[in-house]
Amino acid sequence: MPIQSYLFLSFSLFAIGVMGVLMRRNAIVIFMCIELMLNAVNLLLVAFSKLHGDAGAQVFVFFIMVVAAAEVAVGLAIIVMMFRKVNSVDINILNRLKN
Amino acid sequence: MNIHDIIFWILSLWAIVCAIFVVVSRNPVNSVLFLIATFFAISGHYILMNAQFLAIVNIIVYAGAIMVLFLFVIMLMNLNTDTEPQKSRLVHFAALISAGSLLLVILSAFRYANLTQVPITDAGDIGLIKVLGKTLFEHYVLPFELSSVLFLAAMVGAMVIGRKEVVEEKTK
Repeated sequence: MPIQSYLFLSFSLFAIGVMGVLMRRNAIVIFMCIELMLNAVNLLLVAFSKLHGDAGAQVFVFFIMVVAAAEVAVGLAIIVMMFRKVNSVDINILNRLKN
Repeated sequence: MNIHDIIFWILSLWAIVCAIFVVVSRNPVNSVLFLIATFFAISGHYILMNAQFLAIVNIIVYAGAIMVLFLFVIMLMNLNTDTEPQKSRLVHFAALISAGSLLLVILSAFRYANLTQVPITDAGDIGLIKVLGKTLFEHYVLPFELSSVLFLAAMVGAMVIGRKEVVEEKTK
């Protein structure tokens, strides 16, 4: 496949992720859309690493997965904590940091 | 059109349709399941590009660990209902328009980019675990070690954040 196909696929997935972040009100679903965007970038990195024959990009994808795992652990802990406080994961309720 | 192209288009269609269902499905549990399907499609793309290590890690880490974490949190909060409040129709429309224009801008920016037309399927064995391990431990040892520190910090942070307030008051 030419690289253009992978470009189009990755950009489509990224745009769908952006659409989900803008569209949904559930904080967990927004988190999942961010994961989708990360995966789109990963896919493009792997495609370019195959294009240039460079293994460094795949190591970067590995590091992105590591950082995403850490990010999900902390972010879900924050969401659970906020759910305990205000009994909701609706971001329209969570939009103020005070009280 | 050979078999490789057919598999590519099937996997691409699968990934995009499942990603759209992640966004539009009302029930968060359905969103998680569709996201897992999307990750399997992306792992199929990795296998198609002969990036075997990343395909396996993607399935184990993303579809296995992270998505189970999401499912646990959703079940814990008892959010698996269809009665989630939705944003207004206007916001939906605005999100669709802005995401579509973002896609349009990126695609038009890359349209005249000087990208080579070589097919990227038969690009050797750089996705195998042997090559990746050598690259990781020859050039990226310091980031590898730092990521373990990051994991430790994330683990401690998640426990500190997720701790109940009652316990805190008792220790005081």
